Amino acid sequence: MPEQKPWDETTGSGAISGAGAGGAMDLAVDEGTTLEKTPGGPEGTGPAGKPRSLWSDAWRDLRRNPVFIVSGLIILFLVVISIWPSLIADQDPLNCDLAKAQEGSRPGHPFGFDGQGCDVYTRTVYGARTSVAVGVLSTLGVSLLGGVLGGLAGFFGGGWDAVLSRITDIFFGIPVVLGGLVFLSVVASSTVWPVIGFIVLLGWPQIARIARGSVITVKQNDYVQAARALGASNSRMMLRHIAPNAIAPVIVVATIALGTFISLEATLSYLGVGLKPPAVSWGIDISAASQYVRNAPHMLLWPAGALAVTVLAFIMLGDAVRDALDPKLR
Amino acid sequence: MLLEVRDLHVEFHTRDGVAKAVNGVNYSVAEGETLAVLGESGSGKSVTAQAIMGILDMPPGKIRGGEIFFRDRDLLKLKPEERRRIRGQEMAMIFQDALSSLNPVLSVGQQLGEMFVVHRGMSRGDAKVKAIELMDRVRIPAARQRVGDFPHQFSGGMRQRIMIAMAMALEPSLIIADEPTTALDVTVQAQVMDLLAELQRELNMGLILITHDLGVVADVADRIAVMYAGRIVETSPVHEIYKAPAHPYTKGLLRSIPRLDQKGQELYAVKGLPPNLLHIPPGCAFHPRCPMAQAVCRTDVPPLYTVDEERRSACHFWKETLDER
Repeated sequence: MPEQKPWDETTGSGAISGAGAGGAMDLAVDEGTTLEKTPGGPEGTGPAGKPRSLWSDAWRDLRRNPVFIVSGLIILFLVVISIWPSLIADQDPLNCDLAKAQEGSRPGHPFGFDGQGCDVYTRTVYGARTSVAVGVLSTLGVSLLGGVLGGLAGFFGGGWDAVLSRITDIFFGIPVVLGGLVFLSVVASSTVWPVIGFIVLLGWPQIARIARGSVITVKQNDYVQAARALGASNSRMMLRHIAPNAIAPVIVVATIALGTFISLEATLSYLGVGLKPPAVSWGIDISAASQYVRNAPHMLLWPAGALAVTVLAFIMLGDAVRDALDPKLR
Repeated sequence: MLLEVRDLHVEFHTRDGVAKAVNGVNYSVAEGETLAVLGESGSGKSVTAQAIMGILDMPPGKIRGGEIFFRDRDLLKLKPEERRRIRGQEMAMIFQDALSSLNPVLSVGQQLGEMFVVHRGMSRGDAKVKAIELMDRVRIPAARQRVGDFPHQFSGGMRQRIMIAMAMALEPSLIIADEPTTALDVTVQAQVMDLLAELQRELNMGLILITHDLGVVADVADRIAVMYAGRIVETSPVHEIYKAPAHPYTKGLLRSIPRLDQKGQELYAVKGLPPNLLHIPPGCAFHPRCPMAQAVCRTDVPPLYTVDEERRSACHFWKETLDER
């Protein structure tokens, strides 16, 4: 190990490292640490030493946040059962027996049967797949489209920015449910794709605005100017200097939006324009069950409960991520 | 001549009108020479530098006229891509606040190495080796261990050394340092200035040192250009200007330095405020604040009078200013 030179500009902290036991100091040097942190500074709160970026800082915060742990476990569970629903449900959600319609709970069928005599438990489990697929894919699409368009508008400004801002204004004026009724009623497909397409079409302006504002803020930082003064090209400035610093608000808004996209899919399916049977979706089941809520409330409660928990989990996750990524809230 | 700025005019178009930030600046820098550009905030010294570097925000900025010759090429006539290749390789810039000039999400090694990746097409591994060399060169202790650290983990002086290392990385022939030590402690200021001067001598670079601190200038500069309201009002070799300023504004600046032998007396200040760039006074822009102003100063813009072979002064009464001690 190379010998440490005396520090000519350090204040105070040199003494701290010197006072430490030899072993501790060796460890610190191995990790490529800094001995210059002034105690009490904004970064002095963490374990001394390890180089930390915004992301590792955020991750450290998240791991200690009970809200993140709870929502993360729920989401992990949802993702696993939407990929492998047969892990916990061994029946076929489309194998229904009208003779058992609206029957209550019994062994092997804990949630009872719905109006068509299908097993509510199996359908609730399989419904997670639709919700997670719609939520995740719409969020990806919205973030990509909105992030790229908004980011470019923020970076270049001028005419493109003005055009994009007016377009987002127009999209903000479209009522989501009404737009869904009009747009999706002309589509015959019963897959998730038209729904995802519609959500992306209506959802991107929100992300575009966030990304635009974030890029404009970051663009004014001295280090972007410095990168330009040292010969960085536009694409390098955008990808390496602006994007990593501007992406945090986009991630936060996208995570929270994911929950609302899931409920939007359920809303559209409930109205009969989202997914259509034989697709399995909580929205379809809630719609079918709502007529029988007096006689057989279990048909409504289970899919509605699953939907509520899922949306809540994603919104909680978004909150936790926002707390971790926004240093001002610490 | 390495760099020659001729009759440069820069304006900013704002809601309230046109702000004339630079009004016919002329200066030149030779290889190995240090030119200190001195002036208050708003005197146009940074805007001139940004115009030379080609990093002026346009709009709202606009270069109204003039030429910037760098190694006999007029930079203002080059294509954006050609100018980009000059930045970093042939000329580089150091900014005032090194913390905000370094990207917080990239390690200093990545940022130093980026110079070699971008301009020399080096691999990331080779670039990291170069980054460590550079950090050693600007005397950052334990460079090998610290190459992966982030900017916030360095002290102010260390960060400014890293900025200097980045600017020096490709051994440019011209460096513009925009108040490089303003954000630092006095003791660290001296270390950073020494380092800058030493590297400049080694690489025989031209250095434009933008500052409002007359103390920094005396030790390192060869020549001084004093700016006021977007014009050069006096240029001179550094020692002469301290001995006998040839412009009342320079004189005012020199008198307003606190001095040990004047303890207990009231500190001199140049009266009045810097001019509003939207409404620059007619004639000599300094006349409302000038103790020597006469009728001619209100009407005639003074040209740069030749004081002697190396000195110029934009004052109608430069002779009187020189004589009056």
